Amino acid sequence: MRCRLSPKTAPYVFIAPFILVFCIFTAYPLIQSMFLSATQTYGPKSSTFVGMANFQYLLADPFFWKALKNTAIFAAASVFIQLPCALGLALLLNRSDLKGRAFMRLVFFSPSLVGLVFVAIIFGLIFEKRTGLLNVTAHRLMPTFNIDFPWLQEYVMPALIIASLWMYVGFNMVYFLAALQNVSKDLLEAAAVDGAGPWHRFWHITVPAIRPVATFVVLLSLIGSFQLFELPYILLGNSAGPENQGLTVVMYLYQTGFEIGDLGYASAIGWLIAILLGVFAVTQRLLAKGEE
Amino acid sequence: MKKILPYSVLLILALVTLVPFAYLLCASVKTNDDFFSALFLPAGDGLLGIAWDHITVGHYARLFTQMSFFRHIVNSFFFASVISVLATLCCAMGGYALAKFRFQGRAMVTNLVLIALIIPGALLLAPSYQLLFRLGLLDTLAGMILPALAPAFGVYLFRQAMISSVPNELLEAARIDGCGEVHLFFSIVLPLVRPMLGAFLLITFLGTWNNFIGPQIVLQTPERFPLAVAVAQLRGVYSQDYGLIMAGTMISIVPVLGLFLLLQKEFIAGLTSGAVKG
Repeated sequence: MRCRLSPKTAPYVFIAPFILVFCIFTAYPLIQSMFLSATQTYGPKSSTFVGMANFQYLLADPFFWKALKNTAIFAAASVFIQLPCALGLALLLNRSDLKGRAFMRLVFFSPSLVGLVFVAIIFGLIFEKRTGLLNVTAHRLMPTFNIDFPWLQEYVMPALIIASLWMYVGFNMVYFLAALQNVSKDLLEAAAVDGAGPWHRFWHITVPAIRPVATFVVLLSLIGSFQLFELPYILLGNSAGPENQGLTVVMYLYQTGFEIGDLGYASAIGWLIAILLGVFAVTQRLLAKGEE
Repeated sequence: MKKILPYSVLLILALVTLVPFAYLLCASVKTNDDFFSALFLPAGDGLLGIAWDHITVGHYARLFTQMSFFRHIVNSFFFASVISVLATLCCAMGGYALAKFRFQGRAMVTNLVLIALIIPGALLLAPSYQLLFRLGLLDTLAGMILPALAPAFGVYLFRQAMISSVPNELLEAARIDGCGEVHLFFSIVLPLVRPMLGAFLLITFLGTWNNFIGPQIVLQTPERFPLAVAVAQLRGVYSQDYGLIMAGTMISIVPVLGLFLLLQKEFIAGLTSGAVKG
């Protein structure tokens, strides 16, 4: 006999895998992390209750503030340098008469397929002092450029921003390209006929049309930036680099939880990250609501 | 004439984007003696002024003969394909239930999905590690696969796809014809959301293939490592063996680049569907 699902029981069967996985691997750890953040642990086996001490310590922890500052700088660079570049690229590519458009889109997008670990390894070589691609090329083009420019020794944040530009500009470009399809061509033409300049047309027609996607992409970039870990960690040789120049909040979480073994303190860091991201998400919601 | 300037800017930028790939490829076939003598390939008397006789596949050979990289490739393929297929199925089922059925608790589950969407992965790292330890799942395949089976964002994407592309009348008609629910799902509903199936499969495959922090935390036995962890370790242990590390990186990125080139249309459509349709 074939076992048949009735329309009454079917939805419960279909949703069951999600519910199971959610309860075991999301809801339970989430609740657990509240308790964990009130303990000090030495690996997963032993723990001591410390109350709110983790959070008190965290707010006065110079390493955490350093990590937060670095992460915020990276996030700001993503929003204010990388996204405008992505939009610019999308505007350049957004002409149907452009030959090889599909191919170029592909080229620009391809770096975002490369895993962060591998991007970090490639750029580790590119940023080498005397022999790396970047310094050698810059020195050949401008002989005054110092061939020993210490990217990974003294200019870690700029190096991270350059690597992430390579990786993500094309990725965000794809979103902007999709959004630009919503811009009314008739409206642009009519405005041009009426004598509106390109800047005017961009600001008053294109920007309002792509705003919903743009706020979404900003939120995505902020969330992504705050989870930054592999890129600096591998780029700097499994460390935060000299004077913790490349320390990020998730890297600090990883180091305290899995290198030192204090899962409690790591959970407290996790909660602060969650609260920050929550604030961003709520802000985006409010902005999106305001536009409707 | 107006087109020449943007065109050349695009062309230069495209070249700059491709240079790191070329650099990586060249670095993986140079001997360590030649490594820093030339930026790309060693200069010599051969065709195009390149010393082709200095080119070596020795690094690749070493990865397979001495570093068991075949094993890591298999591991990466295994994790990425098992997780992407099962997660796609679970998410499609969940999205279907939320979009096309009225049942008790539907509103609550939909809210759970939305809440799960905003929980940052980093918050769950420490407690998940403790949970896997208690369940005895550390360093096991199940510990890698089970937590990845039903990501909320997949359920959400499929819910949206089901709402927009599965007509209720079709479902009703099929039910009146006596079609069972399981059959209905597999032979009528899934084909209707085929573009989303393809896109989500690809996104999950790629995400799993490139995942580092997950396997780095869960796995301990080197034989189980996927490429991302194996290559990162290579860099720690053989930090001066540049060619070897670059060859390992090449092996790790070529399969996903190839897969993407084959299926890029579906991939980009899926990526942007969440944002544009909103």
